[in-house]
Amino acid sequence: MNPLAALGRLFLDFLAAVGDLSLFAGQTIIQGLRGPYYPRAILRQMVDIGYYSLPVVGLTAIFTGMVLALQSHTGFARFEAQSAVATIVVLSMTRELGPVLAGLMVAGRVGASMAAEIGTMRVTEQIDALTTLSTDPYKYLVWPRVIAGLLMLPLLVLVADIIGVFGGYLVGIYKLGFSAPDYLRRTFEYLETEDVVSGLVKAAVFGFIVALMGCYQGYYSRGGAQGVGAATTKAVVSASIMILTANYIITELFFSQ
Amino acid sequence: MTEPASQPKIRIRDLHKSFGAKRVLAGVDLDINDAESVVVIGGSGTGKSVLLKCVLGILQPERGSIQIDGREVTNLSRGERQKVMQQFGMLFQGAALFDSLPVWENVAFGLLQVDRLGRDEAKQRAIETLARVGLGPEVAELSPAELSGGMQKRVGLARAIARRPEILCFDEPTTGLDPITADVINELIAHSVRELGASALSITHDMASVRKIADRVAMLYQGKIIWDGPVKEIDRSGNPYVDQFIHGRAEGPIQQTVKVA
Repeated sequence: MNPLAALGRLFLDFLAAVGDLSLFAGQTIIQGLRGPYYPRAILRQMVDIGYYSLPVVGLTAIFTGMVLALQSHTGFARFEAQSAVATIVVLSMTRELGPVLAGLMVAGRVGASMAAEIGTMRVTEQIDALTTLSTDPYKYLVWPRVIAGLLMLPLLVLVADIIGVFGGYLVGIYKLGFSAPDYLRRTFEYLETEDVVSGLVKAAVFGFIVALMGCYQGYYSRGGAQGVGAATTKAVVSASIMILTANYIITELFFSQ
Repeated sequence: MTEPASQPKIRIRDLHKSFGAKRVLAGVDLDINDAESVVVIGGSGTGKSVLLKCVLGILQPERGSIQIDGREVTNLSRGERQKVMQQFGMLFQGAALFDSLPVWENVAFGLLQVDRLGRDEAKQRAIETLARVGLGPEVAELSPAELSGGMQKRVGLARAIARRPEILCFDEPTTGLDPITADVINELIAHSVRELGASALSITHDMASVRKIADRVAMLYQGKIIWDGPVKEIDRSGNPYVDQFIHGRAEGPIQQTVKVA
């Protein structure tokens, strides 16, 4: 096959996928805002995304904070800047690592499970059954997940920030020889509201992306168990790539001079 | 086809649907009258499910008309379609129960989400409906995954009739069931349709099911209805395609390609 034709086909497929996803997102927002609302479904998703992701996000955050303290201490020792450890930990956690790692972990846990659940509902005709029961799948299935992702990821990231800083604090106090008051003073000395807020904005965007991609891939899955498996993989991969891309764009918006 | 005096509950005219180059429906004409049970028969892959999904609004036909109570429904908005669907009850081939919900919430789904009944009242109505399909209250709290295939079909039927719809649809209601359970399901379907006074559109290739639940039978072949008549006349239809189908013969005008490796 002509390599240019293959490249062109790939590009057209990409544009078609972007179009489909945009229509899906638009339809979700329009139908979701119109109501009726399903508070029980939203609450269930909030518990699933927020509460049940706490252990994995918490563990990721504490180890990341601990490693960050160790790494920055050994690295910064080369130019006598060990005292910046607390500042490095808190800024890295709140601005970058908290939202990005929480987003990626939730994409792996929640995005995959959403794609699998909705994909199975698609191939077992449960989504068609919803339609025959006068219930819009966008309102009943997709919107509660998207709203829950949008609301719960910032909360998760707030918890991750605190746990990550605590991980750095533990290493700083018990391993690197900082005094507790000094470490805490340095933690808050250079921390600004914008650092935390930018992280929470990122988290909300990542939550939206994870839920949207999980629902989108599940909703359009085809071909039985194999199709559901493929949808699950695509949900995680596409959400992860979109999270990393969105992370750069939001950072640019917040912090570029 | 003879035109009935009154307006049919569902009127399908010149319905076309293709998937890519494959033409599945090529001008289907069919009427389902008030309180009449019509069964569409036909071999696998002849487009029976596609026809049913077009009527239910799950698939959009390319051309043709579907009228319900005289109102065209092929071009409705999502909101209007949802209102029309409130008249429908549907039993899917695999029952399509929501596995995240217990049995009673499956049965009461329409009562909770459409009629917005309170949970206690909806649960009571669900238990009453389960009783109508021969299931006890102990089933109400079970998860669909804990039920046998026959019980899932009963729960699916209970969900379909819970809101006392005017139109019932059945997609291969006895597929995958043993002959005795299949007969029980057929009896329940026939009884439910009679009790509700509903119009029913079913698709199947199970002749026992046809004889039990149909008032009228239509045969779909190559995208068109090639025979349509009362179930009592199916054995003397004089149509060689119908004869071959109802007797399940490999020889006849309907040829299936069999590839031998």
